[in-house]
Amino acid sequence: MSTRNEHAIDPKREARNYALNLTALLILTLITVGASYIDFGQGNIVIALAIATVKATLVALFFMHLAHDRPVNGLIAVAGFIFLGLFLLFDFLDVTSRRDPNPQNLAPTVVQTAPPAGAPAAQTAAPAAPAAAPAGGAKKE
Amino acid sequence: MSTTTVDLHSGPHGEGEVHDPHQQHHYTTMEQQFDTSKIGMWLFLATEVLTFGGLFAGFGLMQNRYPREFIEAHEHLQRLAGATNTIVLLVSSFTMVLAVLAAKTNQGAKAARYLWMTVACAGIFMCIKAYEYNHKFEEGLLPGYFYHHKGDLVAGSHGYATFFSFYFMMTGLHGLHVLIGMVLLGWLAVRAKRGDFSSAYYTPVDLIGLFWHLVDMIWIYLFPLYYLIK
Repeated sequence: MSTRNEHAIDPKREARNYALNLTALLILTLITVGASYIDFGQGNIVIALAIATVKATLVALFFMHLAHDRPVNGLIAVAGFIFLGLFLLFDFLDVTSRRDPNPQNLAPTVVQTAPPAGAPAAQTAAPAAPAAAPAGGAKKE
Repeated sequence: MSTTTVDLHSGPHGEGEVHDPHQQHHYTTMEQQFDTSKIGMWLFLATEVLTFGGLFAGFGLMQNRYPREFIEAHEHLQRLAGATNTIVLLVSSFTMVLAVLAAKTNQGAKAARYLWMTVACAGIFMCIKAYEYNHKFEEGLLPGYFYHHKGDLVAGSHGYATFFSFYFMMTGLHGLHVLIGMVLLGWLAVRAKRGDFSSAYYTPVDLIGLFWHLVDMIWIYLFPLYYLIK
């Protein structure tokens, strides 16, 4: 351990590099907060995630020392994110390739509240008008 | 575990064999021992990434299902509090890395000071988080079944409760990591002050430092996704 690390350590220089890294991270934080006030439409989420990824990379490379560490540690870190990427990829492929992502048994929006309220009332038939009102009220809970 | 460590080390030492007392006999060198510990820590961090990754995936899918509700719900979060917490955690990562540097250059007292500064930052983070949570509790912005906030634009939608289920699950799990980190950092600070660490042995400081940076990294993603989405 000592043989590998000691020759490289110049505490003043290391501390200065850490301070520079912190400054970069703080500036990126300000940029991401600033960008969120401007409307880029779909671009907002992309910009926010891109900046977050740059920040995470800076933390990993310099605060977590991956830039000067044994490659195996970086490999493990990258593998973790690759498998997370695979997971996310297939999740979103599934969801975005459906025409209606909402399950049919849920009534998620206001538009759909009217037909289900009428349906049970039609089945109970006989005392139509008085029964429909409480049934509709209970449905909204 | 401690008995195993003692047994491994109390085996016969050869004639004139001198080595660091921290070195266990199943390692050839201190360097090999350090690298092994570090690989173990990185494997643990990869599992952490996947743990939080599952929650991020769920959050993304639900945002896809309830886009309007999620945007409206996120207006209840205070951007200033989120941004302040981001800065506090970034600064704590900086003091952490300085603590590692001090520990490996034989400055135990300095390392302890930086570690306590890191604990203080974590404390500020948790105080701001507690203030935010309290605010949500008062407004009825609670997870799932307990949600009872009035006056939402899309009446009767599950989207709001879903948003706050994810909000409390993810920031709660992250907060739990911060609390565990605070305990570990305090323990390190006491040991550093006692002079347990040196350039020859600073493994615990280095590894808990890695854990702390991961906690920071997760917040780097949580902050824009929860506080800044449009």
